[in-house]
Amino acid sequence: MKSVSDSSDEKPLVRIRGLKFRRGSRTIFDGVDVDIQRGRVTAVMGPSGTGKTTLLKLISGQLRPDAGIIEVDGLNVHALSRADLYRLRMRMGMLFQSGALLTDLDVFENVAYPIREHTDLTESLIRKLVLIKLEAVGLRGAAGLMPSELSGGMARRVALARAMAMDPMMIMYDEPFTGQDPISMGALLKLIRSLNDAAHISSILVSHDVQETAAIADEIYVISNGHVIQHGTPERMMNSDDPWVRQFLHGLPDGPVPFHYPASPLADDLLGESG
Amino acid sequence: MNVLLLDGLRTLGASGVHALRRIGRAHLLFVAMVAGVVDMARKPGLLITQLFSVGVLSVLLIAVAGLFVGMVLGLQGFYILSQFSAEATLGVMVAASLVRELGPVVTALLFAGRAGSALTAEIGLMKATEQLSGLEMMAVDPIRRVLTPRLYAGVLAMPLLAALFSALGVLGGYFVGTGLLGVDGGTYWTQIEAKIDFNEDVVNGVVKSLVFGVVCTWIALFQGYDTVPTSEGVSRSTTRTVVHSALAVLGLDFVLTALMFGN
Ligand SMILES: Nc1ncnc2c1ncn2[C@@H]1O[C@H](COP(=O)(O)OP(=O)(O)OP(=O)(O)O)[C@@H](O)[C@H]1O
Ligand SMILES: [Mg+2]
Repeated sequence: MKSVSDSSDEKPLVRIRGLKFRRGSRTIFDGVDVDIQRGRVTAVMGPSGTGKTTLLKLISGQLRPDAGIIEVDGLNVHALSRADLYRLRMRMGMLFQSGALLTDLDVFENVAYPIREHTDLTESLIRKLVLIKLEAVGLRGAAGLMPSELSGGMARRVALARAMAMDPMMIMYDEPFTGQDPISMGALLKLIRSLNDAAHISSILVSHDVQETAAIADEIYVISNGHVIQHGTPERMMNSDDPWVRQFLHGLPDGPVPFHYPASPLADDLLGESG
Repeated sequence: MNVLLLDGLRTLGASGVHALRRIGRAHLLFVAMVAGVVDMARKPGLLITQLFSVGVLSVLLIAVAGLFVGMVLGLQGFYILSQFSAEATLGVMVAASLVRELGPVVTALLFAGRAGSALTAEIGLMKATEQLSGLEMMAVDPIRRVLTPRLYAGVLAMPLLAALFSALGVLGGYFVGTGLLGVDGGTYWTQIEAKIDFNEDVVNGVVKSLVFGVVCTWIALFQGYDTVPTSEGVSRSTTRTVVHSALAVLGLDFVLTALMFGN
């Protein structure tokens, strides 16, 4: 793996070096290096349960690595004071896998929430901002609904509107396409791309939808088993001759990437008595 | 044999460490919640909303319970006092039992069952559905924004609810005493006025409720915040809130009573 040092001489937006992280006795990351460039859509892919969500939580400082450093915009996330971390988070949006909307507020108020918390804008200005964000995700008409009245796909789009509300420098998307029909999927892809290009919001995109992701990503990281298997442009990745990458990106059931969570052989479990 | 013993010891040690960790986390959370008052001062609306919801959750329950407990006290008290021809002091007996003991204690027990369990479930579900992480990512401190107002609301609501409980209890005793048992109404009130001491009885009762308010709300919020974020985890935490609160209230009541009235 060669290090990323291409055309832009700017320092990467997110720089991860030697990241190690364990959950209990299970090693999730064992020495991971990642560079997320500014103004790019960087996709992170990998089998379910490899720690993609965990990686986003580490980048945003919700989890603490066991070793290694994570820098966002030149700041070491895990060395920041609480106040500085919060100041940094105001510039990072995160779209949770589950949406994570506040269930006691309606759609409008959910999107307005970060604006109300962090600014003193007038009510009419907030209204305009919120409606613009909701329009962008196609849900202006749903402003009055409660989160319990939304489908999973709608909830995730509202969450996206909320993540954009503070005009952050980057947005982390955790599986934004799950539960989207082809039309809203297409719209979301365009939205992510145009947020990235027009509004200069760098994007980290975690997704299993290989074709769609490859179509809009500038760079793809494939992670498995605690390591970065390979990274590069979508073309390079799709034509990779690394068997892991091939298997994953082309969805082949057999290959080096295990479908199973680590376990003892099935026969042992079925035949043997435990203890 | 040896292995069994070692295993037993290890389990014991592990659960000891686990329990100590929990206690440590609970105290850290408490300090963080209390410190959150700085933020709350800027947004008093948060406290008022919570005071309203915590109070309203329990007010009817507490009022009805107070009335019944007072009526029972009237009946039982009359039965005993009349054996010494001291029926006239029924009011004092009812009021003193309520203000010193039953008001704070029963209110706290009911509060734990009603408002406490609701708080745990609410916070626990917010955690399970990643709403708390969502707040974190919006650079909003969930402890200060969500937990602190609930803590202060619980602490403030408890003495008010206990006062309501005691007041309705005294009324219940009055109805039973004068209506059913023929105690003189005027004497009922004048005896209460003469014999219930503000500092000895009322202030001590309020202190008890404040302590119970802190403890019950703290337990409820900690259980919710520290829950295992699954439906089973939330349900266990809710049960634990009620059990731990009840035990804490009864135990602390003994300690406080011994300190206040024990000489
Ligand atoms: N709270 C937790 N406690 C213990 N282990 C956890 C916890 N959350 C996740 N894990 C473990 O961490 C690993 C990575 O989880 P993560 O959610 O990051 O996976 P993911 O790559 O996002 O998967 P998916 O594509 O299914 O969303 C999983 O194997 C899981 O078992
Ligand atoms: Mg995930």
